[in-house]
Amino acid sequence: MISVCRLEDLPAGESVRVDTTPPVAVFNADGELFAVDDTCSHQDASLSEGWLEGCLIECPLHAATFDLRTGHPTCLPARRPVRTHQVYVEDGMVLVSLATAEEGSAA
Amino acid sequence: MSAATGDRMRAVTVVGASLAGLYAARELRAQGFDGRLVVVGAEPHQPYDRPPLSKDFLTGGTDEGGLALTDPEETADLDAEWILGVRARALDARGRTVVLDDGRTLPSDGVVIATGASARRLPGPALAGVHTLRTLDDARALRAALVRGPRRVVVIGGGFIGAETASSCAALGHDVTVVEAAPVPLAAQLGAEPAQACARLHASAGTRLLTGVGVTALRGASRGPAAAAHITSVELTDRRVLPADLVIVGIGATPRTDWLAGSPLSLDDGVLCDDGCVTALPHVVAVGDVARPGGVRAEHWTSATQQPRVAVRNLLAGRTVETARPLPYFWSDQYGARVQFAGRRREGDTVRLVEGSLEAPDEGFLAVYERAGRTVAALAVGRTRPFMKLRRTLMAAWAADPAGEPVAI
Repeated sequence: MISVCRLEDLPAGESVRVDTTPPVAVFNADGELFAVDDTCSHQDASLSEGWLEGCLIECPLHAATFDLRTGHPTCLPARRPVRTHQVYVEDGMVLVSLATAEEGSAA
Repeated sequence: MSAATGDRMRAVTVVGASLAGLYAARELRAQGFDGRLVVVGAEPHQPYDRPPLSKDFLTGGTDEGGLALTDPEETADLDAEWILGVRARALDARGRTVVLDDGRTLPSDGVVIATGASARRLPGPALAGVHTLRTLDDARALRAALVRGPRRVVVIGGGFIGAETASSCAALGHDVTVVEAAPVPLAAQLGAEPAQACARLHASAGTRLLTGVGVTALRGASRGPAAAAHITSVELTDRRVLPADLVIVGIGATPRTDWLAGSPLSLDDGVLCDDGCVTALPHVVAVGDVARPGGVRAEHWTSATQQPRVAVRNLLAGRTVETARPLPYFWSDQYGARVQFAGRRREGDTVRLVEGSLEAPDEGFLAVYERAGRTVAALAVGRTRPFMKLRRTLMAAWAADPAGEPVAI
């Protein structure tokens, strides 16, 4: 379990990048928290710097869009999903439980 | 389906198997075309992404598998006939037959022209050690030369390809000099001051940048009696001579329209077409680097991915039913900095710095271009997040007023 930040430091519409290997992006999508691999499955770009709209995150480089609930791309140029991770809030802290390579791949 | 032909399109030929050609093939199927789909590519490779060639591919961060734009599953779904490693030689006078270099002819009810552009070369005899960087084969050859140990590299041209290639060569430990004819590289794209700031990135990695100087000759010598002449130096207009083991020529690209010379299409720095990518013939559309829709040819990755949707819609409709002038957007990665630009700037726009400093571009900056009190373009170096917001704002404004003219008050 990785401690990310305090919940109040991640208001709705915001995101934070966690420096794990590989890095993880945590989003507050209108009150619901999601975590996915931060690096776009298309090319090297940080999804935490992307455009968040509802449960969709748009990559800041080529506008590939992913559904944060499943990690699946909803449009080109991305063709592969990003891994999703479990997010918890405990005592006001946002925590992420990293998925293994297999379980996060949202088949 | 087609008003022009009076019946259904049964065969469409896409000439060009790179980004724009692949996107056109996808759009044809996505928009319901179920006839014979032939994709012709001059290169022997399946569609691959070119932007990484000057960056991660050159430095070894990405292999050829990482460049693939499609996979076997999608290729099977597209149900297209791929003719790769063969150039198109001609389009007949009615625009109904594509003739290939090997003599084959492809009868076509519709044609998508996506032949792209080819790297411009310097005149003079060919010398070993002189490279261009446009295709996968170019990049393979350059990468092979760069992994053989430290070299004195001269990059001719300080545009995006030149700057990215210089950055990759510097990252690989080579001694790099960039020669740029203009006083400031990229000034036409970015404006003098922001371009000057981007040019400072070269120094951050020890790359020498020589500006306002042209190349008069590439000099070579044979390394043995039977060996081909190899580059030894680059002579400049100010009489300086730069010793060189390796030269990369990055002086732009020419749209591949030579094969269309005998066709009725209008050619002038690309295939002229309307805002819907439709050429003089309603069943022939053009997309990507070779296309000049609405008089503007943009060698941008984003254009190549956005134009095919509209072009294919119009092709299948038999006339222009939709136009698109997407907000120009391009990016470049050099010296660890991500450069992003969106919008359409003009000479005379006011540049306003929003974040960072033009003096220290390696720490990043964000600038906007203003005209008559309106923001018309934005440039970011290492400021992806705020740039994204600005780009969205610009896209909304652009959609409301694609001419981009300041509103009279």
